Amino acid sequence: MIHGEPKRPGSACQPGQEGATLGRRGFLRGAALGGLGLAALGSLGGVIDASPSAAATQQPPAKAAHQWAMVIDLRYCNGCKLCTAACEAAHYLHEDQTWIDVFTMRNASGESYFMPRPCMMCEDPPCVPVCPVSANFRTDEGLTLVNQSRCIGTRICMNACPYQARYFNWSSPRPAPRQPFPQEPAWPVPQVEGTVGKCVFCAAMLPAGKLPECISRCPMGVLYLGDLETDVAVNGLGNTVKLSQFLADHDAVKFKESYGTHPRVFYILGHGQDLDTDTEGA
Amino acid sequence: MSKENPSIAEDHACDLGEEVTEPGELADVRASAMRPVLETPRWWWPAVLVLGAIVVLGIVAWVVQVADGLGVAGYNDRAFWSIYEADLVAFIGVSYGGAVVSAILRITKAAWRAPLTRIAEATALVTLPVGMLFIVPHLGSPWKIWELVWPPYWNLSSPILWDFFAVSTYLLATAVFFYLPLIPDLKIAQEWLDPNRPGLRSRACRRIYKALGGNWTGSAPQRRLLHGAIGLVAIMIIPMAVSVHSVLSFAFASSSRAGYLETIFPVYFVVAALYTGVALVVLSIAACRRLWHLEAFIHSRHFVRLGFVMVAFGAVYLYLTFTEYLIDGYSGTSGNAAWVHQVLLGRYWIPFWFYFVAAGVVPIVIMAFRRTRTARGAVVASGLVVFAMWVKRLVIVIPPATEPLVRSPLSAGGVLAGNWGTYHFTWVPISITVAATAAIPLLLLVLFRFVPILPIAEMEELAGPEERAESVAVPGLSSGDGFRPAAALGGRSLAASTSPPSAMGEEGGR
Repeated sequence: MIHGEPKRPGSACQPGQEGATLGRRGFLRGAALGGLGLAALGSLGGVIDASPSAAATQQPPAKAAHQWAMVIDLRYCNGCKLCTAACEAAHYLHEDQTWIDVFTMRNASGESYFMPRPCMMCEDPPCVPVCPVSANFRTDEGLTLVNQSRCIGTRICMNACPYQARYFNWSSPRPAPRQPFPQEPAWPVPQVEGTVGKCVFCAAMLPAGKLPECISRCPMGVLYLGDLETDVAVNGLGNTVKLSQFLADHDAVKFKESYGTHPRVFYILGHGQDLDTDTEGA
Repeated sequence: MSKENPSIAEDHACDLGEEVTEPGELADVRASAMRPVLETPRWWWPAVLVLGAIVVLGIVAWVVQVADGLGVAGYNDRAFWSIYEADLVAFIGVSYGGAVVSAILRITKAAWRAPLTRIAEATALVTLPVGMLFIVPHLGSPWKIWELVWPPYWNLSSPILWDFFAVSTYLLATAVFFYLPLIPDLKIAQEWLDPNRPGLRSRACRRIYKALGGNWTGSAPQRRLLHGAIGLVAIMIIPMAVSVHSVLSFAFASSSRAGYLETIFPVYFVVAALYTGVALVVLSIAACRRLWHLEAFIHSRHFVRLGFVMVAFGAVYLYLTFTEYLIDGYSGTSGNAAWVHQVLLGRYWIPFWFYFVAAGVVPIVIMAFRRTRTARGAVVASGLVVFAMWVKRLVIVIPPATEPLVRSPLSAGGVLAGNWGTYHFTWVPISITVAATAAIPLLLLVLFRFVPILPIAEMEELAGPEERAESVAVPGLSSGDGFRPAAALGGRSLAASTSPPSAMGEEGGR
């Protein structure tokens, strides 16, 4: 026993450790090889459709010509709600079907300010994975859309959205006269009863070079349409800014950033607000 | 502990069915099990017509809802989930009782379960489809429901799709679990039914017994096979039922809303289902016992034991509720704090505290005191549990769906930030809910016109041939306490529990 004891742990342990080391090494080697293989495949893909702008902005290799975003400059919003009205008129929505809603908020010192809230067009949208029939989808230009002809109305996406950006067609929608675009996810006009709706950034108008209704009608120039791909943002007053610099200069924030949704709507604060104050788990 | 003094149980043995039937009438398990099939009681048609009318009213309400949109059901964008979702959870939840009473007691070889299993399984079989049907009024576009079974549209990351898969699988398992123990009984029923008996239903019965009874002869290999199959399904159905309620809870929990985003939810839902499931079985058994005079087989102690099982789950549920609100209230993040405040002290305090009293405290109190620990006590407690737990489901579903998500930081004093939404009850969902409730007894009334209400083969087997003969002369049981001698087939428990002081433990281990 006495002789055996110092030996035992060694002899018992050595092969075990060896085995563990080998196993770990083997695993690491395998993982490294796998990673290299994936990287090789990835670079091959990059070579095949090389897009210099994608590399420049450090975005995941994007094939789309645009990556739409929005900037909301809260410093200038006076709460006139012309954006909401213009949107509802253009899309033949009921009064409470707010693609862009304007909330009256209070900052820490109790002063009120206004906060327009469109769809956040999240890079990781919580509404998409929960739909049982895949009625929500994200386009390659970064827009989350609803296929209303597919939607069966479970409303689980309304549950998932942390921004209260979705509504439901509880009754017959407002009839719409002949539209410039066919009724499709990019232009869901008229709405479909028994389905969920939300802001689409006027997706059908963007290819024609037209600004979304809310942006072009904002008299204060609060709302900007941005494109992460070309790094440009434009507001309804015709002001054009370099997007990345504009965001950096004004310390732009995202709403409920801690939720991991990565919104593509950026807020510029100016009233002592703290949009993150009410985010849980921050 | 309930049996410290056997006379107590006997005192209350027939406090549910005061009408005393002729001695010898219930002497045979076969006769009693087949009576609902063979005889039409006076109350049967009126009961079916009234219940049927209520169901029709519910269907009319649904048609109105389809015509006018979900808005007529009181829904709005700030209360997007409410009564139908609570109904879905509650009705699928109560169907759990069949799995518990039948499968768990079967696996643990609790012999006293025997006269209860058929009624428990039948209750599960009829409540589950009714619960599943709540998917239809819940949907905004029910005419597109076929998309759920169209694989190209499936989104496998969606909890609702998995709800659908899990509940469908569970429905199949429930049907199999109902059918397997029925096979030998179908053969017995076939022999029992006069082949020359006229009438449409008798013809249908004969055809059903023949078609579903198969080639059952009762030979030893067949019985071994059937026992194996029943045991296997009994084991499989428990994790299946757990999965159903876990996935059901994911539909709520896959959210960032305070009150829905709860790690406790799957367990919470499973325990709630167990709790209400046992309660519904108690109610169902009490009704069947009364209506079809099964007092000889189903005794006070059956109710008391099920009552114990029920309050055990009820105590766990109470504990989980306490944990949930304590920790969410403690966390103090604006959403959680406001939600806990809304439920405990704010707009939802009446329904919440109603749950707390009616399904949290009172059932435990009823089952704790010997005075109230009777068949009638268990039935009262079960009725409270079924209703108050439905109310609790509303308290779970509605407040988080009305939470304001775009709001200012929490105001000083901590209570309300932003405007909470409101759900308004209307006649449409209430009619549909009442109709679904009426559909359960209606379906049971119809079902027991076709299948034996007691598991004949199982009861006879558990009684054993020698004990059957013996039971005729079990002392002390024929003394006007509602038990009939031969009816002691109703459970070995009957004979056993006269001697040992704690019958529960004894038989549980057998």
